[in-house]
Amino acid sequence: MNVPQSSSFEIVARADFSDVTFLLEVRHPMLAKAAKAGQFVIVMEHEQGERIPLTIADFDRDAGTITLVIQAVGKTTREMQQNCRVGTTLFAVVGPMGIPSHIGGKKKVVCVGGGLGVAPIFPQARAWKESGAYVIGVLGFRNRELVFWEDKFRACCDELILCTDDGSAGIKGLVTEGIKQAIAKHADIEELVAIGPPIMMKGCAEATRPHKIPTMVSLNPVMVDGTGMCGGCRVKIGETVKFACVDGPDFDGHLVDFDDLMARLGRYKTAEKEALERFQESCRIRGDENAPEPVAALDDRPSTDG
Amino acid sequence: MAKKKTIRTIPQERTPVQEQDPKERARNFEEVSLGYRLEEALVEAERCLQCADEPCVRGCPVGIDIPGFIQKITEKHYHGAYDIITDTNLLPSVCGRVCPQENQCEGVCTVGDTLEPVAIGRLERFVGDMAIKEGWANVPYIEPNGYRVGIVGAGPAGMACAADMAKAGCEVVVYEAFHQPGGVLKYGIPDFRLPNDVIDAEIDKLKKLGIRFECNTLVGRLFTIEQMVTEMGFHAVFVGTGAGYPSFMGIPGESLNGVLSANELLTRANLMRARDFPNFDTPLQPGKRVTVIGAGNTAMDAMRVSLRLGAEKVFCIYRRSKAEAPARVEEVHHAEQEGIEFNWLTSPVELLGDDKKAVRAMRCVRMELGEPDDSGRRKPIPVPGSEFEIETDMVVFAIGTNANPILGQTAKLKLNKRGYIQADDSLATSIAGVYAGGDIVTGAATVIQAMGAGRKAARAMKAYLGLRDTDGVYAPDTDDPAGRRFGIPVEEHNFARVRLR
Repeated sequence: MNVPQSSSFEIVARADFSDVTFLLEVRHPMLAKAAKAGQFVIVMEHEQGERIPLTIADFDRDAGTITLVIQAVGKTTREMQQNCRVGTTLFAVVGPMGIPSHIGGKKKVVCVGGGLGVAPIFPQARAWKESGAYVIGVLGFRNRELVFWEDKFRACCDELILCTDDGSAGIKGLVTEGIKQAIAKHADIEELVAIGPPIMMKGCAEATRPHKIPTMVSLNPVMVDGTGMCGGCRVKIGETVKFACVDGPDFDGHLVDFDDLMARLGRYKTAEKEALERFQESCRIRGDENAPEPVAALDDRPSTDG
Repeated sequence: MAKKKTIRTIPQERTPVQEQDPKERARNFEEVSLGYRLEEALVEAERCLQCADEPCVRGCPVGIDIPGFIQKITEKHYHGAYDIITDTNLLPSVCGRVCPQENQCEGVCTVGDTLEPVAIGRLERFVGDMAIKEGWANVPYIEPNGYRVGIVGAGPAGMACAADMAKAGCEVVVYEAFHQPGGVLKYGIPDFRLPNDVIDAEIDKLKKLGIRFECNTLVGRLFTIEQMVTEMGFHAVFVGTGAGYPSFMGIPGESLNGVLSANELLTRANLMRARDFPNFDTPLQPGKRVTVIGAGNTAMDAMRVSLRLGAEKVFCIYRRSKAEAPARVEEVHHAEQEGIEFNWLTSPVELLGDDKKAVRAMRCVRMELGEPDDSGRRKPIPVPGSEFEIETDMVVFAIGTNANPILGQTAKLKLNKRGYIQADDSLATSIAGVYAGGDIVTGAATVIQAMGAGRKAARAMKAYLGLRDTDGVYAPDTDDPAGRRFGIPVEEHNFARVRLR
């Protein structure tokens, strides 16, 4: 077994799904070998950057790469959108972090992904399929233009329900509409897994609660180290407090205090907004053609609820 | 040897050290203590009696030959002093700054029975800093023995163990989850106590020994301890991952925004350089009125960092009295000088928030000391009807840590009831060839204790690998009066002096 490289993680592929969503494939053979569905990595784009957690959207053990799908919403992710090209490197990639999702032993499951959760639900759907389960995929996008990986999902889902805000693809409505359809059609769903913005996961948990369908959600709170050392990612699960990085990131959606999670996600909003504005300003000064639009603040996070 | 010194002939006053003015330094990250200048070090070194008993050596967790190196200072043979220290301690500049000397070497100093003890820590730092400034390094003659040793965690325990194993001739790889080596020295201890360039200089010396640092490597998840032994070809492994997992109290309001652990505050400010935001990207919304719960060294660091980040008022909340505060006396003193408001015998009851779920106040209760508890300290009991509120916009918990669960989740290492790794007296774990030491075995302790554990484990690892242990781990029973250690005269140290620059 080879010893991992301590720096310079090469980007070997990139794809852009929309003006804010893009995919990076990063070479890291050991990580590709170790990664399991439900785990995440922490990335630093450059030496002065911040550490951001990103769920592993795919891994290819033969090619020795992992795939990350990123939404450019803040300073760091927009900077990555600008700078990360094929052949460039990331300063730090560490993982796989978190307890892998518990997969297996269920006959029929629903995998729900919305917004930034579409990509990370993919390895879950694939792993469930490989475990022999009947997999129903429910994916949420704003419109047809933004749909990606439909073929990848079709390859591992027995049924796929697309939901769009405007009805331009699949059914019109949020992912919760898709879940309702699935539950109406299948009385024997044994588990639902949802990944997406907190408000979406909350909606999913509420949709399954009356039917008593076990529901797992993957939480992505603010983190620094990702190894249990800072406690920044603590979340309320029922009566207890857990650290999402080492006790999760998967938790029972019926026990998660989503309001608490959402309030805590906004705690560095002022600083994040300042960083983004400065970044946009510096792009303009440099006369960068790819400069991001100066309007978007963090309040306008795109595609929030599928 | 010079003429016999007595307690009457030595300089009576402990030589003070120059410090930055408290008002000025409370607003910058420059080092507080400026360290001894040459003439000050010479005066202080004269205060050592060179007593036969050498209690200081026994008081040192790594057993530095303290009278020996001080004698070299008085002879103005500074490089010789450095040789003696590095025989047993690879990080003199670090330890001279952060060791709790008052509980160790200085606490048992013979001079201290009558006068103020010899300022051993300051002298150690003086020698260490001179070595960095002059570019001295002692590189041992290493004969590769073909063994490979893996170290998990690049903090003080791992660094100490790595150095000993490398000196013994092993090929050593140190894995670190963060993007920089150093562990708590980097993320925890702030620059004004221990500048980052001092740590980097010490790490460079380790690299000179041939030690390889692999950062961004989360052992347990990227590969397991078992894989290190079975697949990756390591003949022995040392685990020194630190305690991790900060404690909270479980009082209402802990999830409010503006409430965080000292680890998070310090990591953001120190390692991630949030203090230089927005030039560095990591944010940290500093508080204007900061309340820190706890009175250990970490609490002192959190308070003093908050001041330097621009807080107008910083409070310390501690449920026992000043006498029981676990922090070094010097740290409490520095914090007081800088204007921290200490609330001894006070405990938080509840954190109160505003409509945006941000903390706005802390409700506290006064305590009084009752009967001694299990720790032998008098147990604090709430005083009925003494509750009051402190207006605050940032609350920092610095009340200790619990065991980090990652290795327990991923390796078949036997853990104790509290979740720490179970290790025997030689620091061997339940897996053959795997040793552990530092906070992940003992729970939160000090830098020098972690280094001591790293060295102790190295000794056992050498025995396990069948290697001769010659590199000067202090053991009084093997020290013969002629100053020979392990049969090697002190004058014939097992290293070559080199210059880094």
